[in-house]
Amino acid sequence: MKKNMLQNEKTNVKNNIKNKFKTLILFLIITTGVLFILQSIFPERSQIGHRAMLDYGLEVIYIFPAVLVLMGLAEVWIPADRVKDYLGKESGFKGVLLSLFLGTLPTGPLFIAFPIAGEMLRKKASIANVVVFLGAWASLKMPQIGVEIQFLGIDFTFYRVILTFVSVIFIAFLTQNMVERKDNKILI
Amino acid sequence: MAAALIINLLALGFFGYSLSKSKEKSYQTLKIAFSKGISLAPWMIAIIVFIGVLLSFVPPEVIQEYLGGEMSLVQVTLAALVGTVSMIPNLVSIPLAGSLLESGASYTPIAAFLTTLTMVGFVTLPLEIKELGKKITLWRNLLAFMFAIIIALLMGVLM
Repeated sequence: MKKNMLQNEKTNVKNNIKNKFKTLILFLIITTGVLFILQSIFPERSQIGHRAMLDYGLEVIYIFPAVLVLMGLAEVWIPADRVKDYLGKESGFKGVLLSLFLGTLPTGPLFIAFPIAGEMLRKKASIANVVVFLGAWASLKMPQIGVEIQFLGIDFTFYRVILTFVSVIFIAFLTQNMVERKDNKILI
Repeated sequence: MAAALIINLLALGFFGYSLSKSKEKSYQTLKIAFSKGISLAPWMIAIIVFIGVLLSFVPPEVIQEYLGGEMSLVQVTLAALVGTVSMIPNLVSIPLAGSLLESGASYTPIAAFLTTLTMVGFVTLPLEIKELGKKITLWRNLLAFMFAIIIALLMGVLM
């Protein structure tokens, strides 16, 4: 009986992955088709677009697998109540600092961070900490700051980083506040 | 590319440690990573393709036009909006901003553009909503947009 159930679950998981894989293939075919059509209608327009797609595509290929493995490791080794302790509502100042630190780790564009943020949220990290994490990821990254100093000067970069840092904290707590207030009253 | 190297070494290091502790858990890790990767891949592809199409029709030269101009609240808001809808890699946008400043653009719209470019994402909204829900996504983006304008105005005063 028990063995049977286990077997069932296994085939379920397998089917699930199979379905996801099918979606992925279908998706690839559709996007290739769309790109092909656009390319033939606007041949000279697509140059810059290609360059950007290549840049982002390579970045995702270089970074995403590593991020996925780190997410897998976090899921297997870090119990959910630990996440709540470190990043939950009662985590206070330390939670904010940890979120900031996690966000500034050298990685890629912001959209890679959304799945991580979603996972944090599902494991009961506070909304404020998740938004701090996203804010830091978006605009307080070490490599980015280096490039900025080089092209925009140290003054510009210094002021922007300080102002952004303060704003990220504000945005985080205001978001948490608004979302929780809306929970009790009007729903968007 | 240094960033990619660091994050990969980090992942490799932790995974090696995990492997030395428990083979079973490490196998499970890979399974989770694989299944997450497959379900997220269409989103990543969609975003990248959309960025490509968007940039073909709104190339950096057009963006440049919106960021020059004289300083006013309308101009700053416009710059922030341009940053919101476009997705340009940092390595392109920051030198672009630098050359605009050199050719006489004011700091305020440039700061607004750079801030919304990274913090507010229009193209990525569907993925953000899927992961964080509508409410968090809308408030986060709305507040980030407002603060981008505040940051920009203060930058104008400070610089």
